[in-house]
Amino acid sequence: MSREVHSGPTDETQARGTPYSGDPQGGDGTVPQQLDKLALDSWHRSKGARMVPFAGYEMPVQYEGIIAEHLWTRENAGLFDVSHMGQLFIHGRAVDAALERFMPGDFRDAKDMKPKYSLLLNEEGGIIDDLMATRRGEDFYVVVNGATKYGDIDYMQRRLPGEIIIDHVRSQALLALQGPKAAEVLDAAIPGIAQLGFMEAGPFRAFGHPLWISRSGYTGEDGFEISIPSMAAQDLADWLDADERVKPIGLGARDSLRLEAGLPLYGHDLDDRTTPVMAGLNFAINKRRRAEGGFAGAMRIIAELENGPPQLRVGFEVDGRQPVREGALVLDGEGNEVGKITSGGFSPSLQRPIAMGYVASHVAETGTALKLEQRGKLFEARVTAMPFVPHRYHRKGAA
Amino acid sequence: MSLYFTRDHEWIRVEGDTATIGISSHAQEQLGDIVFAEVPEAGRRVSKGQEAAVVESVKAASDVYAPVSGEVTEGNQAVADDPALVNSDPEGQGWFFKLKLENPGELDGLMDETSYREWIKTL
Repeated sequence: MSREVHSGPTDETQARGTPYSGDPQGGDGTVPQQLDKLALDSWHRSKGARMVPFAGYEMPVQYEGIIAEHLWTRENAGLFDVSHMGQLFIHGRAVDAALERFMPGDFRDAKDMKPKYSLLLNEEGGIIDDLMATRRGEDFYVVVNGATKYGDIDYMQRRLPGEIIIDHVRSQALLALQGPKAAEVLDAAIPGIAQLGFMEAGPFRAFGHPLWISRSGYTGEDGFEISIPSMAAQDLADWLDADERVKPIGLGARDSLRLEAGLPLYGHDLDDRTTPVMAGLNFAINKRRRAEGGFAGAMRIIAELENGPPQLRVGFEVDGRQPVREGALVLDGEGNEVGKITSGGFSPSLQRPIAMGYVASHVAETGTALKLEQRGKLFEARVTAMPFVPHRYHRKGAA
Repeated sequence: MSLYFTRDHEWIRVEGDTATIGISSHAQEQLGDIVFAEVPEAGRRVSKGQEAAVVESVKAASDVYAPVSGEVTEGNQAVADDPALVNSDPEGQGWFFKLKLENPGELDGLMDETSYREWIKTL
């Protein structure tokens, strides 16, 4: 039996020492780097995790199995360790205006404790990373992807005025509790947590430690992301794991959950040649910023907003049962190549293959029938609206 | 009846001149949740080392090689219909295909069960 690995960041391409394409330090032929250990490394192993190299860390890819973990998160509450992600504090005079140089969000008028999804852009409007940025008083708390964090810090430092400081917080773990039962579980230990709405954050205390919690996540479910001192992470993990509604969930299910939720993954569905408009992330380009410009890549991005981008990120329903994965080609009725799959796999919730990728704008309309080509085999597919599985965020004012 | 294993984690159960082929319990465990299996049709001739079947888990796609040459007499429709059978009973009902052995000499050099189970401990 041979093994051909086609899919995302949680697969064993890393186990074989090939950093995935989202790793700016990586690429073919590089020597596998020394791997860092998570604060919860031995905790994961004691829970039966299979550990794989990912983003420079040994990370749990699965415990009991990806499908079971995936479905558990959709029905109960899943505990994810995402401590590989970079937690940054950016501060200094006029930090908000400075951040607007390379991100298209409105940071000047950003309200306190309201996380914003934003994009770090290069001069051509390509995406260097996607991230969450939250004003905390005078500072911004920014969470970036693990595989890109050092490149991000370097890029920002070179472009920020000298009086703006980036502190990379290495002493904090980051845990996510995701799923429809996440709020009721967390509320028992952290009273008041249920008052947070989707995309709201604040300081809390539990187990004698200060926590920073935001109601957000990357699974399409209601849930929370909890920044906690590393030394206290095990107390929280043990407490959560003791609740029968909670199970630890690995990177494998994290990937299938976010794919069903239609959320792009950096290094796969987003890269430095993709603009926010191509990626369908126009919501991250603020109205005032569209009018004023003044951010990296603004000319191209504003032109694409007006005239339409050359390609668009779309979802696909794939006929049959076989997964079509990253790298497959998208063909039109005449067999012309019109795009590429950037993420794809088997949807545990829908029990069928789903995929996302980029196609030329003239074939991007929902319902368009296209063919996908993988290893010489053709698959029938249709462009479909995303998310594949509806989001169930806890929006205030909604029932 | 004799049972053989390959270094590619296939098993071959030989009864007379018929070989039944599947993937080992170790292989299915490494693959994780299996979501797709494609088995060869009866009548197809496969030679040793040639791709004969496909198995895909949530995270990985693999070819199953023919460990010996011969003509396929049956593909297991049950695993094509319910690929999870490869996880639940890999060395039993989760077989992939049967073939009529062309050259029993090809079995020489394959591992027996004890050697295989010892060998995978070293991986």
